[in-house]
Amino acid sequence: MNTIVNLLLKRLGISLVTLLLVSAVVFLITNLLPGDPVQEMLGQAATPEVVEALRAKLGLNQPAYIRYMSWLGSLLSGDPGVSLANNMPVAELVSDRLPRSLMLAGITTLVAVPFALFVGILAASYSDTRVDHFISTIVMFVVAVPEFLVATIAVLIFSVHLGWLSAVSYAPQDPSLQEFIATYALPVMTLSLVLVGQMSRMTRAALIEQMQQPYIEMAILKGASHSRLVLRHALPNAVGPIANAVALSLSYLMGGVVIVEVIFNYPGIASLMVDSVTNRDFPLLQACAMLFCTGYLILVFMADICAILSNPKLRN
Amino acid sequence: MKDKKSEITTFTRRDALRGLASFGLTAGVASSLLLPASVQAQLIGEDPLRPRQGGRIRVACMASSTADTMDPAAGSLSTDYARHYMFYNGLTQYDSDLRGQLSLAESLESDDQQTWSIRLRQGVEFHDGKPLEPQDVVYSLMRHLDPSVGSRVKPIADQFDSVEVTGPRQIRVTLKYPNADLPEILADSHFLIIQDGTGDFTASPGTGPYKVKEFTPGVRTIGVRNENYWKPGRPYLDEIELVGIADETARVSALLAGDVQLINAVDPRSTRRVRQTPGFEVMDTPSSGYTSLIIRQDMAPTNSRHLSLALKYLLDRPTIKRALFRGFATIANDHPVHPNHPFYASDLPQREHDPERARYHLKKGGFEGLRLPAYASPAATGSVDMATLLQMSAIPNGLKLGVNRVPADGYWSNHWGKHPLSYGNINPRPTLDMMFSLFYKSDAAWNTSRWNNEKFDQLLQAARSEGDQTRRKQMYVDMQELVHNECGIGIPVFIDLIDAYDSRLRGLSPIPIGGLMGYSFAENVWLSE
Repeated sequence: MNTIVNLLLKRLGISLVTLLLVSAVVFLITNLLPGDPVQEMLGQAATPEVVEALRAKLGLNQPAYIRYMSWLGSLLSGDPGVSLANNMPVAELVSDRLPRSLMLAGITTLVAVPFALFVGILAASYSDTRVDHFISTIVMFVVAVPEFLVATIAVLIFSVHLGWLSAVSYAPQDPSLQEFIATYALPVMTLSLVLVGQMSRMTRAALIEQMQQPYIEMAILKGASHSRLVLRHALPNAVGPIANAVALSLSYLMGGVVIVEVIFNYPGIASLMVDSVTNRDFPLLQACAMLFCTGYLILVFMADICAILSNPKLRN
Repeated sequence: MKDKKSEITTFTRRDALRGLASFGLTAGVASSLLLPASVQAQLIGEDPLRPRQGGRIRVACMASSTADTMDPAAGSLSTDYARHYMFYNGLTQYDSDLRGQLSLAESLESDDQQTWSIRLRQGVEFHDGKPLEPQDVVYSLMRHLDPSVGSRVKPIADQFDSVEVTGPRQIRVTLKYPNADLPEILADSHFLIIQDGTGDFTASPGTGPYKVKEFTPGVRTIGVRNENYWKPGRPYLDEIELVGIADETARVSALLAGDVQLINAVDPRSTRRVRQTPGFEVMDTPSSGYTSLIIRQDMAPTNSRHLSLALKYLLDRPTIKRALFRGFATIANDHPVHPNHPFYASDLPQREHDPERARYHLKKGGFEGLRLPAYASPAATGSVDMATLLQMSAIPNGLKLGVNRVPADGYWSNHWGKHPLSYGNINPRPTLDMMFSLFYKSDAAWNTSRWNNEKFDQLLQAARSEGDQTRRKQMYVDMQELVHNECGIGIPVFIDLIDAYDSRLRGLSPIPIGGLMGYSFAENVWLSE
């Protein structure tokens, strides 16, 4: 267990440094973007006089590094600041969206991961047969179709023509099971299609690699059944790479789902980040970036733990 | 041809309304008349059914982000305007001809068009129970002058010299110069009335038809019926939820799927899809908004009159109207006055697509073979396609026009009017004076082509205080001619605003300042079943 505690501590340290670096880079890039929050806010109406006054009000006339340091200072004391675009506390904006994003990500994970593993294992255990070719073709097709197309077509079929599901996903406060399904079915389906493709391909590749190892040949010679070969012998050894693939795919659910959020009008954290870039809303942007980065680090860390636990050599 | 039909019906309805107005009645008062409901309804020209109370709708606008605001002064998108008209009232409000009719003001008078005395309606209360007082009006109007408020209408508000309380319900507005259009200016959503001293706009009570139940920027706004609304019988609905769906296809789908009942900014291409679906209708609002070609008059090479004229002759207006807007546009004549307007210069010959003439001017100015980039962006509606069309007619005639397509992000601060050739997009304005003062006057901040014409400025100034309508019209006609001939702005078409709605939703009619009934649908719509 010591290894894991050590690793945990080391990871924590590295994560903090990573977060700091990310925040600095994000700040730098936001400053390089043309236009500042005031100009973006006023758009066509940006007259020099009003721009100056608003800049002074929002403290944008201070040098960049001072703004960064003061942001960092208040973050360390637990306050992520106030949105420049609408004067609301960043914490409030984020706390409204984060649970929704996590909900969507969670449901998608529950649907997509088992399905992807099943498809991947099936394809690997029948590799180079018709089953495999059929699955691979379908999977490649699904990966190649962009998600906005999947989403738009799904809306046309299920919402407009059949009228089964809702075209905009905004769950009521206490949804009934039916409302819940109607709200989440389409976005979850769209996201799952994208994820299943990636994850099942990686699962298949990792498993096939194991299946070519000498110990599998040994097991075959001993007379183990095909399913035992795959599930008992090969799969445990492929858990590491599969966990990594799953973690990378899931990290996409945190920030990469903006298209799905836009099409289904689902108020998640990805569209919040896009808004914050468009408005040059630095405190909000930083908060989103920190969240995505943290989520990513947690997922990768969990994948590592999985890999260690599944590997007897590393376990001790 | 369906368009024509719907136009005719709206016109009769509008005419009937106008008829009512000439009896000194507004629609709000009409419903309290002692007439049988059916007669009343026929009078107004509405459906034979009486507006029904109750029901709930969801409305999707084209844009919503964390920059959504409850502050009227900061409103910048359709969602903001719609939200503000839900929760606040103005001293005046627009009718279907964009005239400022009395709203919170009971009277609005001036002898010299410079000093205006306003009397407030009695018994109006804010949502928190505080009565409406003159001080609220003073605060609401004067705050626009403070640059740190960041008001989008500061250049307009700059004409307010003072706003003072002169009695328990009396206010005096003194302008820096006479302006007969004050009633129209005050109906603008930015000048809606808030409570004295309001600084925090998360829960700011107004006097409007709905009360704030929820406001989450970038997510949704929910308003519930203001039982205490000062217009008897209104509003009709119990609740309105306002959301933003940025993607046009998704917005139309949401309507057709029954998830929302009213949407704005429908693409002309989607109108057939909506009309072919039973139970849904399209509302076309001819507006004076336009996308313009900006030809800088103070930058080489576009400061040449020959080049400016050549570019204007290269604009293929009928093709732009047909191909870009599927007919949902009105051909313009290189000045910002819509042919619907009573002051439209109808004797000014329409500038046609004339490559011959363009070639002549290019040759005369020595611009044959000139390379010239035009900056276009999705930020300015249709500008990328317009630039491409211009390029197609420019190149065979010896002008090597390039199209620089730049992102919408940052367009207004970095490209709009910053190059010899760029595109801009101007929303409809309620009065000609506002349009000309903001975008054409020599010293206006948004005089993007930087043309400088003393005669125009003098006419503009004189027209403001001119009481005689015939003389006033002549001045505006002269200004249109000047802009048409000399200004560096090419306006190919005026762009219609298209809304779509569930046909159970009644009471909608165009108010050409914007979509969604000039954004003021909230107090006018009702559900028929």
